[in-house]
This record gives sequence, structure tokens and C-alpha cells, in this order.
Amino acid sequence: MDVFGSFALVLAFVCAIYAFGGGIAAIITRHPLLIKSARQAGIATCCLIFLATLSLEYLFFSDNFSIAYVVSHSNRDLSTFYKIAALWSGQEGSLLFWSFLLSIYVFSVLLTYRNKNGELMPYVGVVMAGVQIFFLTLNNFVASPFKALASPGADGVMNYVARTDGNGLTPLLQYPEMVIHPPNLYSGYTGFTIPFAFALGALLARYPGEKWIHLTRKWTMIAWMFQSMGILLGAHWAYAVLGWGGYWGWDPVENASFLPWLTGTAFLHSVMMQEKRGMMKVWNVWLVFITFLLCILGTFLTRSGVVSSVHAFARSSIGAWFVGFLSLIILVCLGAYLKNRDYLKSENQLDSIVSRESSFLFNNLILLVACVAILSGTLFPVFSEWITGDRISVGAPFFNKVNIPIGLLLLFLTGVGPLLAWRKTSTESLKRNFGWPLAIGLVAGVIALLFGFRQIYSWICLILCVFVASTVGLEFYRGAKVIRARSGASFAASAVELTMRNTRRYGGYIVHVGMVFVFIGLAGAAFNRDLQKDMRQGDSMKIGPYTLVLQGFDTKPEKNYTAQRLLVEVLEDNKPTMMLYPEKRRFTTTEENGTMVAIHSTLQEDLYVVYAGTSPDTQLPVIHAYLNPLVKWIWFGGVVVVLGTLVALLPSRRAVLVLSGVQQPAAQPLAHGLAPSASMREGHD
Amino acid sequence: MKKQVKFGVGIFVIVAALGFLAWLGYGESKTYYHTIAELETLKGSALSQRMRIGGTVAPGSIRHLSGRVDFVLEGEGKTLPVSYIGTDPLPDTFIDKSQALVEGRPGPDGRFVAEVVQAKCASKYEAAPGGKGGAAPSPTERSGM
Repeated sequence: MDVFGSFALVLAFVCAIYAFGGGIAAIITRHPLLIKSARQAGIATCCLIFLATLSLEYLFFSDNFSIAYVVSHSNRDLSTFYKIAALWSGQEGSLLFWSFLLSIYVFSVLLTYRNKNGELMPYVGVVMAGVQIFFLTLNNFVASPFKALASPGADGVMNYVARTDGNGLTPLLQYPEMVIHPPNLYSGYTGFTIPFAFALGALLARYPGEKWIHLTRKWTMIAWMFQSMGILLGAHWAYAVLGWGGYWGWDPVENASFLPWLTGTAFLHSVMMQEKRGMMKVWNVWLVFITFLLCILGTFLTRSGVVSSVHAFARSSIGAWFVGFLSLIILVCLGAYLKNRDYLKSENQLDSIVSRESSFLFNNLILLVACVAILSGTLFPVFSEWITGDRISVGAPFFNKVNIPIGLLLLFLTGVGPLLAWRKTSTESLKRNFGWPLAIGLVAGVIALLFGFRQIYSWICLILCVFVASTVGLEFYRGAKVIRARSGASFAASAVELTMRNTRRYGGYIVHVGMVFVFIGLAGAAFNRDLQKDMRQGDSMKIGPYTLVLQGFDTKPEKNYTAQRLLVEVLEDNKPTMMLYPEKRRFTTTEENGTMVAIHSTLQEDLYVVYAGTSPDTQLPVIHAYLNPLVKWIWFGGVVVVLGTLVALLPSRRAVLVLSGVQQPAAQPLAHGLAPSASMREGHD
Repeated sequence: MKKQVKFGVGIFVIVAALGFLAWLGYGESKTYYHTIAELETLKGSALSQRMRIGGTVAPGSIRHLSGRVDFVLEGEGKTLPVSYIGTDPLPDTFIDKSQALVEGRPGPDGRFVAEVVQAKCASKYEAAPGGKGGAAPSPTERSGM
């Protein structure tokens, strides 16, 4: 099966070269058969990568311990779930997984547009094949996952050897999130290849109009959604597994995943200016280029050992390949831009500082500043070594100082931006749209002050969250009211109808509400508390409303590890409420330790209990308990963001209404009254 | 023209304010990387900087004392005694022969006083042929948000 897999990879490489070279030839000659064959080579590349990936999974499931990658990342007792995840738990496999996910996108794009956009698609195909060639080069020649174990025999000839069992999967990765976090994050990273390919393709082809933006919106949103999920799942994994009580440590790899998200978010917003007003064309093209570059950079940072990190794979020579690829992309993008920059001329100018355009402009500016700050902080050790010879790193205070105000500004714009009119907003409309939300936000702020809220950033965050939620609520309320007045349906049904008529706009609002929830959760961090204590059996410790009583210990042998558990009874306001079982795990094959945190999570706060080892003085177990307010809102907000994105991906119902109206004019008494519907009002879309 | 000036001022104020905050954060959190051997050659103010030092934990050197954990880091043929005084529990991967990264300042008596210890498991993974993955270091530092 390993031979099959590596053969599939070699063939995929050959096909990708053909898709690339044949594609270029097709663009030059415009020969229809050549165009078709290049496309089919692209499809074949994807199928071969699927086969190679399947064969690596097969090697894991058949416990084939003659393959180095399987030995390093699996063992017989590893559960099915984690045997799937073992595919992306190391360097070689995760690079193959990158190719695999990219292939899913490329495959879908090639099939979806096989008979459409004939002028553009060959260019897009060439760019996608180019990216695939790079990753297939790594899969085939630099980090092949199919290497067999071999040792030199007496006669100097290499003999294949097989082990009886593997080394097992790193304990830190044996956690459910680890099975879903990397696929999500990688789907985000790889997904941004598609808008990149369309943007570069359109620029090279001088493809007229904003068509490429319409074509890629869906793909960008899918990639963005996966990236968002990947980041939040990663944060949740860090929270639940690493046992340090937090979810985001500004670790280089965390930052690397955040960077394309920031530019991708900026892109999703600024394309609207191009669609509506024909502005920001250069900016948009470069935003996509940069987003894709940051995706590759993120993949590179994780693998090269350039910056030390929790997640980073071991140092390896693979970095040089990535640096080469990054430089190549920059050169190609620059070349394409310089050659065809006249094609990107703006059709309009900014009219007023209080307008939708300027809110997008500031949104983009702030997202980019955040991106630059995080990128420079992450790469600071590298740059400082080049410039001064000293390797200097910056820590969490640096990132927090810059990014908390940025986050608050963004939150403010989230509330304000969508309700400003294009071109120029009248004072009258400002009052109408923001009067109530502002008042409600300020009232919330005053109430919080009276309740002794003294953390300035959290306080501002609270006001802004209420403000943004109110603006969105008001929008839904007004729109739904109009529909209800005409259809007589219930308020909820009207709100749903409203959403379905303009999924893009109202889906966007739902995403904004999700972000508000995330911010509420982040604001809670200012009030975190923790307490550590050596505990004798029967001892208790008090944190917030909870009292923890150590009832005993036990040892639980599991298939792959032995768990030492503390049995902790939790009393809330002196009433027994539940048992928590923080664990220490000892993994048999790797002789490594793992920690399992016990978390009791409510919307108000998380009680987070860690078995922190044995005290050297007293030989007693140590419990480290944290009380983290509002954390659950972050995960909940993430779910809302995903739902909102899914809504925005749905086609709007309006088109259907018009169509059925044409077919059955008599049966549509509503259609007449719908024309000035909420979504058609001045300045709203 | 006036319009552009307005935008310019707005952008400048935002960027300048954030730049100032970045500079404050930088001053507060900058940490120098040094090797154990370099530490001996540092003089004057360089010795009072916050720094990060990497090395291998000398086998048998980990001693849990009250309020601190003492151990010895080895690297490039030199050794460095370290006292860890942080409150977070040491990472699960911190054992004999593991690669550790300590963050803190040199003490007056030649001991390095660490507030943060990160550890990466001994290189057993990398010794396996072809295996590159290996264990990730689990940090105790993480003073994020």
C-alpha cells in the first residue's frame, strides 16, 4: 500500500505539471482541446492525491509498522478516532493532508466551472496547479510520508524492517478537538488558495468587471468560516488540554493562524466597496494576495522551527522550500500587478468621512494594523537577530496592549458600519439608526458602573457589545415589522422571512452578533481568579461561590494510558452540586504524561480544576482551581459566527419570489407591496 | 482636499496611538535569547535584562523544594543552575534530559531565576527513523488574555 501511495503521489505530481504547463499552452494557443486536457489533468491530480491520502490512512488502520510515519505516530492500541487524526499529527502526513484538502477545493472549482467562465478558468487552473505542484514536490521529494523503515544488513544492502508496535501518538494530541481542529484550520488555509487563484487569474487575464469577486465570494466565505472554526477550536483545545487556565497565549503558531483570518476578514468587507462603487480594486487584489501569502507563511512557521512554539513540529530543512515558494509568489504577484495595474483603476473616490465606504476603510485599516502588529511581534526574534544580532522576543503584554484597543475599535465599527449609507450619511439617519442603541449601551454602562465594574477595557467592551447588539436587533425589528404588517405572520416568522430575503446582509448581521458574544467572553478574562492548594483527603478550598472538597483518588487503567484521578466534590453555595475528576494520564508507550482538566461550564463562569501534581513538601496532591467568567460565550459566539456564515452562503429568496411572481401573477398579491421592502432602503445592503 | 486631510488625520491618529501602545508593550515584554555560554560573557546592564535560555535538563538534577524547583541546564558543554519560582505547575514534558527553555533573570549568586519554564520532550521521536513530529513543548508561561 505504501508503494501504491507513493506511486499515486508521483503520478499526481506529473499530472499537476501537465495541468500547469498544458494550461499555459492552452492560454497561449486558445485551443479548446488543450484547455480541456489541462482541466482534466487538474482533476486527475486531485483524484490521485485522494488515493494517496486514503492509502496512508489504510497503512494506519492496518497497523503497518514498517512505515516510518506510522511508527512515529500510531500504535496498536490507538483508538480508531485517533488513527484518523494521526494522518496530520506529524510533518509529512500533515503536508499530505494540506495537498488533500487543497485538492478538494480544486476539484470542486474545476467541476463547478467546467462549462463556465471559459476566458478566466484556464488562468485559475494554472495558478491552482502551481500551488499544487509546490506541495506535491514536498510530498514526493522532501517529506514523503511513505518512507519505509530500513536498516543496513551484513552485506551492506538495506533491508526493510518492521516494528511490532509504533511509538504512539503524542498525548497532547489525544483529545477530540485535535481530530477536528487541524482539518478546520487547514481547510481555512487551503481554501484561501481559491480566491487567490481567481484574483491572480483575473488580473493576468484582464478579466473584465467584478465577476471574479462574485465568483469567489462563496469560496472566500467557506475558507473564512473554516479558519474561524479552526482558530476557536484550537483555542478550546489549548484551554481544555494544556491546563493553564487560558485559551490564547499569543503563541507564534496561534498568531500565524490568526493573520490570514484578519486579512481575510478585511477582504470580505472591502470587496463590497468594489462591488457597489468600483473602488479599492488594487487594495482588494493585494488583500487576497497577502491573505494567501500569510496562509503559506503560517504553514511554514509551524514547520520550520523559525520561531519556537507549542505546536511547532521539529526543526527541519523544509523551511528553505517555503521561503523559496513565498518569494516566488511575491514575485509573480508583483509582476502581474505591475504589468496589468491599469486594469485596476478605481471608478470612484471617497465622498465623506461618515459613510459606509469610510467605515470599511477604517475597518480595513485597523485589521491591517492588527495584522502588522501581530506579524512583527511573532517574527520579532528573527528580525531582531538580523538587525542587531540579539534575538529578542516580545510577549503577551505587547500583543494585548495593541490588540485590545484594536478589538474595541473594530467592535465599534461592527455596530456603526452596516448602518451608514453609501457615499454620505445624513444626520437624520444617524439619529434614527444610532439613537436608541447608543442610549441602551450607555445605560448598560452606567448599570455596570453601579455594580462595581472597574476594569476600563472590559467596561468599554460591555457598552460596545450592548450597542452593537442593539443596532442589529433594531435592524431585525424594523425589517420584520414591515413584513409582519404586510403578511400578518408572527414576529419570529417575519424575522426569518426577512433573513431569507437577503441572506447576505442578515447572515452578516448574525456573524456580527456572534462576534459580539466572542467579545463578551473575552471581556470576562479581566476578572479571572485562581487558587492553588495542597489537598489532604477531606480538605476543602473555596473559590467564588464554589467549595471544592477532595473526596479521594483512584487509578483507572485505560487501553492506551493509566489515569490517576482526583475525586473532587463541588458545593455551590454550600449545596452539593456535582463531582469533578481532574486527571493525570501516564501514557504507556511513550512514557509521557498528560493532564485532563475538569471544567464545569456555565454562561456565567467556568470552574476549571487542574490536578497540578504532587507537592514536594507535603507529598499531597495539588489542586489548581480557576474561576474564569464568561468563557462559554466565546465558544457559543463561534457557533453563531458559523451559523451566520452558513446563512449568508444560502441564496436569497428574493429572486425566487420574483420568478414565481412572473409565472403566477394572480397568485401573488404580496409581490406588489414588497418592492420597498426593508432591504431596499437607502444605503442598506 | 479637505476630505483627504480628514482621512489622513484620522488614520495618523489611529496608527500613532497603536504604535505608542506597541512601543510600551515592547518595553514591558522584550526578552533576549541567550545560550548558556553567552551568559558568562554578559556584563553590566545586559545582565539585568529579561532573557530566555535553552538547554537540556541534567539527569537527576531536578529537586523540588518548597516554593521553588531547582535543576541544572546543560548546553554546549556548560551548565547553568536554575531556580524556578513561578506559580504554574511545571509542564508534563519537563523531565530528565528534556529540552527546556527558561525565562527570567540571572540572580546575584550565579543561579538563574526563572519565572517561566517550557519543556519539550526528550528527542526520542526524532531518533526514530523518519519521525519528525515529536512532542510539542507544553508551556507554563501563557499569560495571554
